[in-house]
Amino acid sequence: MVTRLSFAGVIARVFIWTFLLCLVVVVVYPLTWMVLNGFKTNTEIFGNPFALPMQWNWDNYTAAWNRGVSNYLTTSILVTVTSTIATVFISAWAAYGLTRVDIPLSRTWSTIVLGGLMLAPTVALVPLVKMFQGMGLYNTFWALLILYTAFRIPFTTFLIRAYMIDLPREVDEAAEVDGASRWTAFWRIILPMCRPIIISVIILHILFAWNEYLFAMVFTSGTDVQTLPVGLTSLMSKHGTDYPVVFAGMVIAALPVVILFFACQRYFIKGLADGIGK
Amino acid sequence: MLLTQQSRPVEGATAAITAVAPPPRTPRRRGTRRLLGLAWILPAVVVLAVFVYLPLVQNLGFSTLEWDIYSGSQEFIGLDNYAKLVGDPIFWSSLGNNVLYAVVSLVFQVFGAIVLAAIIEGIRSDRWRRSLRAIYFVPSAISLTVAGLLFYFIYEPNLGMLNSALDAIGLSAWAQPWLGQESTAMIAIIVMSQWQGFGYSTLLFAVAIQRIPSELYEAASIDGIGPIRRFFTLTLPLVREMTGLMVIVTITGAFQVFNEVMVMTSGGPNNSTQVLGTWLYRNGFVRNDFGYAAAIATVIFIITLGIALVQLWLNRRRRVEW
Repeated sequence: MVTRLSFAGVIARVFIWTFLLCLVVVVVYPLTWMVLNGFKTNTEIFGNPFALPMQWNWDNYTAAWNRGVSNYLTTSILVTVTSTIATVFISAWAAYGLTRVDIPLSRTWSTIVLGGLMLAPTVALVPLVKMFQGMGLYNTFWALLILYTAFRIPFTTFLIRAYMIDLPREVDEAAEVDGASRWTAFWRIILPMCRPIIISVIILHILFAWNEYLFAMVFTSGTDVQTLPVGLTSLMSKHGTDYPVVFAGMVIAALPVVILFFACQRYFIKGLADGIGK
Repeated sequence: MLLTQQSRPVEGATAAITAVAPPPRTPRRRGTRRLLGLAWILPAVVVLAVFVYLPLVQNLGFSTLEWDIYSGSQEFIGLDNYAKLVGDPIFWSSLGNNVLYAVVSLVFQVFGAIVLAAIIEGIRSDRWRRSLRAIYFVPSAISLTVAGLLFYFIYEPNLGMLNSALDAIGLSAWAQPWLGQESTAMIAIIVMSQWQGFGYSTLLFAVAIQRIPSELYEAASIDGIGPIRRFFTLTLPLVREMTGLMVIVTITGAFQVFNEVMVMTSGGPNNSTQVLGTWLYRNGFVRNDFGYAAAIATVIFIITLGIALVQLWLNRRRRVEW
């Protein structure tokens, strides 16, 4: 399509591109500043905030790593992986039960499971702390695993259910004729058919669990059970004057999800769109 | 009858299949089988009942107690915590900050994002479109904690980039302790959250715009409709469903703000950046006034539930599909 460029059109175009590129600078510059500061010394940071580091100093990264970031990273990975597995399985089972199995009071159960979507985690905070203290789970890895699973089941079930409900009925019937049990039908036929939505919910859960702050902050305090978001704030309060180390810690915390995003952008975007668009 | 198959399009075929399928089920066995089906939803229901619904109900109970954690004594005081809430100026300023958050986010992350997405999707080069969407999204991929800390440093008066930048362009008079004074702290936090979140909503609107059939745009261009009119008459109405969702998500999110405030100011200076979430945290876990914290939680519950019910009602009313 060829359009005739009027003078006003050219001006508009220049204006739009200037705006878009300024926005790129606004986004990229602070991020670059963060990465560069991770390589500087304290004196350099205070000296000239815009200068490049004198030398690429990896010591800050090792220092951050040794001052707890390795622990935070391990906990974050552990919590993210286990809670993703727990949430996706429990939700997929529930979605299967609600859409493809003939159960009593099906609608009521749907309301109970999906109704959880409307509840903000903050609201349950005080009683949950009491409960977890009573169960001896306060300040343990289990607290985060349980909470990240429980509060994400409604959303995850909602997405998988919306997908499963559209799969043709004949699939289950064919499985039954072949003598497959419900269990086999679920694992061998239904779950593989839900692959696209499963990938989306996994991405959404990783994004949630990796970055979650409220529960992580309230339910954990020791270095060995803190996740990265909370660990970074402890790093900051403990070594607050050692700025380059804090910057290095921030880069380490941010990198995994940024890499994940660029590595599987297509799935990522689809996941986000599924997460909100359904 | 209760035990007949639910009616489906392929009723005949189903009947034929069940007739052949051995062994024929007695009504009793079907009943047990239906009950056994509950096993599929059991884990989800149990986890939700214990860790989501029970605490919610408990919270309502807690909010009627005067709870002294040192002596462990609990005294029923009815609605006194709510009365205290009404007379608490910081509760109201917190609520005001949440509202401000919602309004600013609606302007930038919903309306601003639609405009930006429309501009990006109007670019001819596919590579530029993809790169811009990806670059703008990066702040949303780094967590609010990292973004919050980053902006804490940017606003920092001694080493911060912002004041140095103002110095460099000769505006040293504008330099100030952005997070350290009541007049600018809340706005500074909100600016950070716009920076962190606009790419996410832009990406989602871009996806919604891509779903609009291109023939509509071709028709518009044949009719000689300019880009601005096209935006208002074509793009905006056709992404209405996504807009509705984003409005709900943005408002709900604004009333649950916690992370960025905690990281950047913890509610200070002088409680000027308290939001409902941080005010709840401060009362419950710093001052150990559980009853009062539970009352604040109930307010958050009512607001977020109210918004969710509005969404549900809107969803029932319109189901636009192309």
